[in-house]
Amino acid sequence: MATTTTEPAAPAPPDLSSLIRVAVPERGLRQDLRAAGIVWRRELIRFRTDRLRAVTSLIQPVLFLFVLGTGLGSLAGHGLPDGINFRTFIYPGVVAMGVLFTSIFSAGSIVWDREFGFLREMLVAPVNRAAIVVGKCAGGATVATFQGIIVLALAGLAGVPYNPILIITLIGELLLLSFTLTAFGVMMAARIKQFQAFMALTQMLVMPLFFLSGALYPLSGLPAWLTVLTRIDPLTYIVDPMRRAVFSHLNISPAALHQLAPGVSWGGWTVPLGLSLGIVAIMGLVMISIAIAEFNKTE
Amino acid sequence: MAVQTGDAASAREVPGRRGTAITVSQLTKKYGEIEAVRGIDFEVAVGETFGFLGPNGAGKSTTISILCTLIKPTSGQAVVAGHDVVRERDTVRRNIGLVFQDTTLDTYLTAEQNLRFHADLYGVPRAAVAPRMRQVLDMVGLWDRRESLVRTYSGGMQRRLEIARGLLHAPHVLFLDEPTVGLDPQTRSSIWAYINELKQREDITIFLTTHYMDEAEHCDRIAIIDHGKIVAIDTPEALKASVGKDRVQISTSDDEKAIAELADRFGLEAAVHEGLVTFSVESGEQFVPRLFADLDVSIRSVSVARPSLDDVFMSYTGRTIRDTEATGADANRAMVQRFRAGRR
Repeated sequence: MATTTTEPAAPAPPDLSSLIRVAVPERGLRQDLRAAGIVWRRELIRFRTDRLRAVTSLIQPVLFLFVLGTGLGSLAGHGLPDGINFRTFIYPGVVAMGVLFTSIFSAGSIVWDREFGFLREMLVAPVNRAAIVVGKCAGGATVATFQGIIVLALAGLAGVPYNPILIITLIGELLLLSFTLTAFGVMMAARIKQFQAFMALTQMLVMPLFFLSGALYPLSGLPAWLTVLTRIDPLTYIVDPMRRAVFSHLNISPAALHQLAPGVSWGGWTVPLGLSLGIVAIMGLVMISIAIAEFNKTE
Repeated sequence: MAVQTGDAASAREVPGRRGTAITVSQLTKKYGEIEAVRGIDFEVAVGETFGFLGPNGAGKSTTISILCTLIKPTSGQAVVAGHDVVRERDTVRRNIGLVFQDTTLDTYLTAEQNLRFHADLYGVPRAAVAPRMRQVLDMVGLWDRRESLVRTYSGGMQRRLEIARGLLHAPHVLFLDEPTVGLDPQTRSSIWAYINELKQREDITIFLTTHYMDEAEHCDRIAIIDHGKIVAIDTPEALKASVGKDRVQISTSDDEKAIAELADRFGLEAAVHEGLVTFSVESGEQFVPRLFADLDVSIRSVSVARPSLDDVFMSYTGRTIRDTEATGADANRAMVQRFRAGRR
């Protein structure tokens, strides 16, 4: 919207005793870091000024946690140990969900930038494309983690204690998850040129990923086909560590803990925590590498 | 006006071929079957404002994209600021400023944030960022609006901000692709006031493309490009002098008869352009009385014009730029752009 439509006449030249000399340096690691830094900062500025987006992306986790959690709670509650609410059970999954859409949306802004021209400003710069992709992923991860922290703040309402170690653990895991999701989104954005197509495709992929991750049900005692699908879903390997973190801070019996958070198992072998997180990290690194390769190919 | 220190002046000299900012030889670009640029050659001197004039679809945008390292030529060579556009892409990019036809600003950021983004991306030394930002924003008269979101800017202000941003890293060569396309005439002339001022303040080479004749008049030299080839290249004055004839346009009751009679009685080749019978003749004013005496067709109005770049264009291509607009040139251009978009 234009507030000024008439062009003012060229002003009297200000006092410029000499031109400011600018020598743009050779490309190097420091330059690339600086470039990645500004791409990261732009994500933060855009997020800060877009309050509507912050609010709307909260609606879904809140609906799941309180409406679905409470509504299904009366049914599912019978299978849960005493003192454990269904809301508490799905809480780790809902926290993960809180970053799901924000991460993908942040990555999607690349498609948006392409449509509105700003991507060109980035791609024509004398800078390593990897710096732009890394900056974008770091920005998306930061913004999504902020969003996740807001959902984390609802812990008390879901019967989860505000334990500092738990919160720090969860934030770390959220950061890893957001990074991988943003990398996934950026990888998709490298190929997809229309924003609508990007949103449609990612939504189509994100919902199954969420439902198959065991965010809403335990990973044990499932039919074979569902067991296989949950083990293929990369989200499983982050939701499970988050759930283990939450339940280790609840005052429940080891038997109940085993029932609710049995851990991911491959044919009877329980996947260790480190490997579980490692899988997510490696997925992220692979996808960011693909994204960099894709962007290096263009123009 | 900025007084440049000797030191700064020597620092701005283009390395490699001294005195030449752009050298193009046998440059060709094909998009499948379409040959957008067909083996062009030209040189642009340091400090020169050089314009590429031609209708849409003539190959202007393709050429500027090659010079800006955005697309690779099919064959031929282009050297910008002393570096080869294909082999030394990044070095060329550090030394050029770009203003595209379509906006590439983040309209949800302020002008200042857009410039800071650019400074960090191009690695402008930190100490130079603030003073240089002030300088370029002052130059385009946007310093007072630096904290406004770009989306609140008018089209002309956005274009000025893009010019400021293109200059931020003090490039040797500034590329302007149709710098005033889509702007109203008043805004266009104000943009040109800024560009002319910029030429005086910064020791910079400007390469621009345009399909506006009046815009080409601002250039030191222009190349007329048509169907992917350069048909003429010189100063606007020299080009107009080479035509040497005045342009006469008459409105008649029977254009076809008038054209036939002009050919018959005066040996003049006339054609209808912009709805008027148009022909070129030496000393137009003296010719008009003879026209009334000898022509059987009744004449409603007459206009005589000194040679303009329009006439230059017409004498080299056989049509006016406005004629070409009305033909399939736009459709052709749209097709080429779609093709390019698909490859990006």
